[in-house]
Order: sequence, then structure tokens, then C-alpha cells
Amino acid sequence: MASIPKLLEISGLRVAFPGEAGPVEVIHDLDLAVSAGETLALVGESGSGKSVTSLAVTRLLDYAGGRITQGRMNYVDRAGTSHDLARIAADEMRTLRGPEIAMIFQEPMTSLNPVLRVGEQIAEAVMLHQGLSEAEALEEARRLLERVRIADAPRQLQRYPFELSGGMRQRVMIALALSCRPRLLIADEPTTALDVTVQAQVLRLLRQLQAESGMAMIFITHDMGVVAELADRVAVMRLGQKVEEGGVEEIFARPQHPYTKALLAAVPVLGALSGETLPRAFDIEGVVSAPQDTVRADAAPVLEIHDLTTRFPVRRNFRLRAQVHAVEHVSLSVQPGETLSLVGESGCGKSTTGRSIIRLEQPNSGEIRLEGADISHLTRTSEATLHRDVQFVFQDPFASLNPRLTIGFSIAEPMLTHNIAKGAEAERRVHELLREVGLTPEHAQRYPHELSGGQRQRVCIARALASSPKLIIADEAVAALDVSIRAQVVNLLMGLQRRLGLAMIFISHDMAVVERVSHRVAVMYLGQIVEIGPRQAVFNNPGHAYTARLLAAVPIPDPAQRNRAMAFDDSEVPSPLRALDDPPIVAPLVQIGPDHFVARHSVGGRY
Amino acid sequence: MLAYLLKRLGGTIPVLVAVSIFVFGFVHALPGDPARLEAGPEATPADIEAIRVDMGLDGPIWSQYTRWLGHTLQGELGRSTKTRQPVARVIGERFMPTLWLTVISMIWATIAGIAIGVLSGIKRGKWQDKAGMVIAISGVSFPSFWLGLLLIDLFSVRLGWLPTGGYEGWQSFVMPAFTLGIGVAAVMARFTRSAFVEVAQADFVRTARMKGLSDGVVAWKHTLRNAMIPVITLTGLQFGFLLGGAIVVETVFSWPGLGRLLVDSVSFRDYPVIQAEIMLFSIEFVLINLAVDLLYALANPEIRLQ
Repeated sequence: MASIPKLLEISGLRVAFPGEAGPVEVIHDLDLAVSAGETLALVGESGSGKSVTSLAVTRLLDYAGGRITQGRMNYVDRAGTSHDLARIAADEMRTLRGPEIAMIFQEPMTSLNPVLRVGEQIAEAVMLHQGLSEAEALEEARRLLERVRIADAPRQLQRYPFELSGGMRQRVMIALALSCRPRLLIADEPTTALDVTVQAQVLRLLRQLQAESGMAMIFITHDMGVVAELADRVAVMRLGQKVEEGGVEEIFARPQHPYTKALLAAVPVLGALSGETLPRAFDIEGVVSAPQDTVRADAAPVLEIHDLTTRFPVRRNFRLRAQVHAVEHVSLSVQPGETLSLVGESGCGKSTTGRSIIRLEQPNSGEIRLEGADISHLTRTSEATLHRDVQFVFQDPFASLNPRLTIGFSIAEPMLTHNIAKGAEAERRVHELLREVGLTPEHAQRYPHELSGGQRQRVCIARALASSPKLIIADEAVAALDVSIRAQVVNLLMGLQRRLGLAMIFISHDMAVVERVSHRVAVMYLGQIVEIGPRQAVFNNPGHAYTARLLAAVPIPDPAQRNRAMAFDDSEVPSPLRALDDPPIVAPLVQIGPDHFVARHSVGGRY
Repeated sequence: MLAYLLKRLGGTIPVLVAVSIFVFGFVHALPGDPARLEAGPEATPADIEAIRVDMGLDGPIWSQYTRWLGHTLQGELGRSTKTRQPVARVIGERFMPTLWLTVISMIWATIAGIAIGVLSGIKRGKWQDKAGMVIAISGVSFPSFWLGLLLIDLFSVRLGWLPTGGYEGWQSFVMPAFTLGIGVAAVMARFTRSAFVEVAQADFVRTARMKGLSDGVVAWKHTLRNAMIPVITLTGLQFGFLLGGAIVVETVFSWPGLGRLLVDSVSFRDYPVIQAEIMLFSIEFVLINLAVDLLYALANPEIRLQ
């Protein structure tokens, strides 16, 4: 091995957090190294210790309550001086933060100070480390914003974080991190909270900036697609230990450790089903799944919606000033046993569509038919039918379970509400449902906090099934789960569809998962459906430019395809907020193939 | 900002109208005939009737209200039943001592409370935090009459440094302002600490640390400004509370303020004075709320720019 001098060399690191019964060790004997100009991806699922490692390197750990109990972290600075970050004094560490080591965090929405202007937040760091005057520092901040491709930088300097979109805030964070020309950049899930097209923009930007500056990067992520796009070397972590480390091609082509193999197998790959018409569940633990041939095309649709429109009023001084056009004239139908996916980016109206169907939002107009019966205007009986026959599974399984109720009660509640079962009968049914979703009857006595994220989502699914619904609306139901758990829950939903003939509306931003589960796909943009059709047709031959852009932005978990040409733009999705006298253009979709329809009118000016 | 200010000022009018109706109704509902009270004990029924007409008390209730409101707006608040002096003058004399006492107490209490709160927040769980919170608990726990008497005994009786009471010279302010402010400072310290500790966990504080800023800059610039938002509300409430006159403190230190005036008026059933005081307190609260909202807007750009 050539001995390139290491920038950071961690050896035998152990980190502990105080627990009720003494310190709990969360990082066990970790060795890692990163050289200048190199990108090391730190991969693992929740609880693997990857974020704690980053806190240890930056010593933000001291403020989070943790303690380094053993090990060395040798860092060689610009001047060639070596520092052991495990033993460094707080003052000395402070001089390294910024000019030597910088960090980007996961949540751009909360990582900037809400009461300070963007320019000041960047200039502050520049003034501190480069000794510039305020005017010079602001000028430097403007230059940095231009470097991270923020349009109209002089004006953006004057704005507050809440005036910027998530993608722009993350670019500001990157500008902030780069402001003192760090030699090591630690990025902790920097794109996880972003939409795919924005993620693609940010990843490309990071790669370019790294090439320009030659800094080293530690990139923490759970997303193997992102790893393949960016990393030189990969370290896989699990439960506070490194299980495998190697070059990126090597890890993807010849994973050695069973955990790495399982992790890679669970990653949904966009295009995996491009040769198949029907959806198919993930192949887990060697079990090859069969095509999901469950659609009953001859039957009457479970749900039909026609011209559904939901707008949110924006009032000022008690007068209606503008409207957010969340859902605009959306029409669709779902057959029994069919999964229709609604895809699109944040703010496109996919969740509002789902919520409008079960009346968590009140639609302004449109027709909703449940098994042929018009339920646009709810009566007491039709409301009861709606809430029994259509069930919702939400994104956050923890927030959607009452922490003070047992799992069993949470599942039984819909049965009691709808007079489906009570007493011993309800209990029997709860046990049956728990088995149905892969849990055991013993779970009925537990409370939500005793369960893992995946188990909680199974409970939410069991609760949704309690009233024997005809249609399940799953709103980003697997988005918050780790990859391996995500695959299991997707397979569970598909298994339920096979056994119970459920219809499903699957709302998701994750195109690779959508490919796995959907019979048909509807792409939403600015509140409208711009394309709807059979999954294979939409994915293989996208008829709308936005669909193509969405598909192109998905990272491919194959390092060999890293440098593929991508048609990118740094544009932002326009706002669905419009003046009262300026309604959007909505025209009927045009048929371009069997059951495949595309918008040919201009939506929001871009397409 | 000016438009915002005017709009908010306009928004206070309905509140003040509602308060005036309430105050008017309150006096109207009380037993006793204002004309008879005005006329004095020796008046004949004819005199009383004449005064009744003169005061407009023979008209319908809404005209009585508009008449009363008109007078109130011009500062004609009637005469005190007890002293026969114009109410405006009675209140005016008592207002300044209370205002000064409140302002001075609030200033020291806010500064001390926030400082103790922030220091406790920074040194969370360490001895400084515990010491700060012990001071704060003691501050709220001392009854002010007892603390006041203790201070008088020590500084006036034994040491002879400060006057026992009255409203004369800066020396007379020291003990009342301390006694009045200690409770406020204590509540403020606890409130600031919890707001500070909460904000200190925020992601943007972590970002600030990662810039290499010193702990001081992180605390005072990045954390405190965001933690101030709930503290502003508390300050406003406390200020309004103290402006109503601190009955106990004013009594202990023979302070010629509104609190003592209120107690005296209630025991003498001096309705015109009570009425005027309620009206004054309401206006004070409305104005303070307005000031709090404006301070919010200063502290939080998201409110300012919407």
C-alpha cells in the first residue's frame, strides 16, 4: 500500500453516553482513516453509531453529553501539526472548527438561526477565522453563495432562513461550511430531508466543490444510491462497530460481510422491474417473489375521484388574498387489488390528495365515489362508511400512535368505534391482526416506546386493517424506515394485498419503491396530475418532461454508472401560491398509450 | 413597520370599548344612587332630581354611557367621594410614584433575572446552575411583607442607612424596588433558564458551535435571542401586573402609589376612583400587550415580515 499521509486517523475509538445503570458504550473500538481529497462514506442504519462518530470527530459530542472513553483521533492540520482530537483542549478544538473541519447537517430547515440574516450567519464565520472586516466578509459571503449556485446572491444575503426553500437552505449550509476553506468536510445525511431533484443538485455541487478544493469528505448516509454516486471508500457500520471497509467498487461488487450483503440486497434499484409489467415484492433472504397479479379489472372501481380541487386560503387582514392550489382538478380511480402510486416532490399535492379523500382536508369541489356511492357531501352514514372502508397509514409511526395506550387498544379502537367487534371477539381479532402483520399476540400488551420503528409501522398497518377496509392510503408509510426494514414493510403491504385483495393508494417520493409496488403511477406537479398510466409505461417511456426529470434524479446504487450524463438544472419548483384572479391552466390529459395519459398544456410555466 | 404599528393601534380600540362598557356596567349595577351621593346628605329630593337631570341620569342607558364616555375621554372623571377632589388629579398624583417604582424594579429584575437564567442555562447541572436556582426559588418564596420588614429593620432601624418609607430621594427607592423586583427576577430567571436550555439543544446552535465560535458568542448571540421570545411575554405580563400598584409593598413602605389608593378607595367605596383605576389598568395592559407584540416583531423577523 502506498502511504499517502492520512488527514484523519481514528484508532480504537470508544464513545459512551451516560445511562441509568452507568455509561453505555455506543462506539466500540472503531478504526477509520481518511486522506486528503478522498470521500469516505460511513454507511449504516439507525443506531449504527455513524452520527456519533461525526460528533466525536468534531467534539460536538461534549455538548451532547457523550464521552470519549478510549482511543486516538489523529488529525494533521494545514501547518503539518498533529492533534489528537480525543484529548484536545476545548479552546484548541474551537480553532480547528471552521478552517480545518467543517460540517453539514441533515436538517437544513432547523440548522440555520431563524433570527439572523443569511449573510450575517456566513460572514460571522469568515470574520472570525480570516480576520476580515464586516463589509469584506459580506462580500465573501456573496461570493460563496454564488459558488453554491444560488441565484441573485446579493439579495439572498439580506434574507432570513424562513424565506428560503429547503434546497436553498442546504446550499447556504454548504456555503457556510466551505466559508473557511476546510480541509475535512463532514456531511451527516445532508440530502436525506431533500427531494430527489434537489438531492441530485446538492450531490453534484458537493462533488464539484470537492474537485475544486481538494478537501477530504466524510459522508454519512443510509442511502446506498448516494454512496455509489459519491464515495471513494465505504465503511459499513452496525451497532457501533465497523463491519466492513473497502473501495466503493469492491463493496458494491463483492461485499464480504453478511450485513453488507443484506443491506445491498434491500436497496431498491430503480429499473429493476423495467422488463416486467406487474409489480413484484423484494427478494428477501433468498425468497424470490412472484408477480403481483391482483388487479380485478372487471370489477367496479373501489374509488373514483373526479375533478377534485383543494385550495388553502391565504388571508391577510381578514381578507382572502391568495390561494395555495394544493390539488387542482385531480381525477383518478382505483380498482380492487390495485396499487396506484402518487409521486412527486414536496408541495406537489400528493399528500393533500390523500387527505382530501378521507376528509382530513375539506376539498373545495369535485366528486368522490366510494364503490359507486357519491360521498362528496358527507352524511352521518356515508361518513361512517368512508372511515371504515378507507384507512390511512401515516409517515411517522411514532407520532401516529398514542404513547399512553397499549398497542392492543390502539388496534382495537377502530373496531369498537365502528361496532365491528367488542370484548373477547375484539381481542381475538387484535391477536389475529398482529400475526397478520408479522408481530406476535404478546405485543398487544406493550406500549409504542417499547417497539422499534419498523414494528410500530406494522402496528399502524394492523390498526388500518382492523375495520376491514377496501382501500388503504399509505402516505410515505415507509419513508422513515431503515432500508432493510423498509423492504420488509413493503413486502408486508404487498402480501396483504394478495391475501385480502386490498386496493392501495401509495403516496411516495421514492421512485425505486414505487416501481416495486405500483400497478399504475400518477405523477403530480403543482397540484395537478401531469402523467398517469401503467407503471411500466410511465417509467420506461415517460411522456412528460417532469416525469423524466424526476426519474433521472434518482441516485443509482452502482458506482460504475456514476458519471452518466444527466440533464440537470438548478431550478426550483415554482410556488403553488397564486393570486385570486390568476387560476392555473388545467386542461384534460392527452392519451399517448393504452391507459397512459399526459398533460400537454403548460403547467406552472416550466412544462 | 409604521403601517404595522398603526394597524395594531387600531386593533386596540374594540378592546378599550369593551372594557369601558364593562366598567360602566359595573358601576351602574352597584347599589346606590350616584345623584344622591353627588348631592350630599343634606339635599332635598328636589335637589337630587335636579342633579339627576344635570348628570343625565334620567336618559336611556346608552345615552348615559355615551355621555360618561365623552367625559372620560376629556379626562373628566368626576370627583372622589372621599376627598371631593377631581379623580383625574387623585390618580395623577399617585400614578408617577407607582410608575417609577415599577420601571426601576422591572429594570433591575429583568437584567438580573435574565443574567441568572442564562448563567444557569450555560452551566446546566453544575453548581452555578444549582446556586442560581436556589436564589430563584428563594426569591419567589419570600413573602414581600416579611422581606420588606426585614430590610427596614436592618437598613433603617439598625444601620440607619435608608429611610423606612415615603417617596423622597433615591434612597427611598432602594428597598421598595428591591422587594418588589425580587419575585419578578426569580420568575424571570427560571423562565429564561428553561427557554435557554431548550434553545441550546436546537440544530442551529450546533451549527454555530461548528463555526468555531466561542461559547460566549454561541450563548449570547445565537441562543439568547431565540430564547428571548417567551421571556418577552413574561416581562410584559409582569410589567402590567406591577403597574397596577403593588399593594403589599406600597403599604409596607408607605409608598403613595396606585396600589394603596385602590385599597383606600375600596374601603371607602370611592366608586369614581375605583372606576378610573380599572379603566387605567386596562389601558395599561392593552398598551403593554401592544409593546410586547412590537418587541416580538423586533425579535422574530418571521413575524415582522409577514
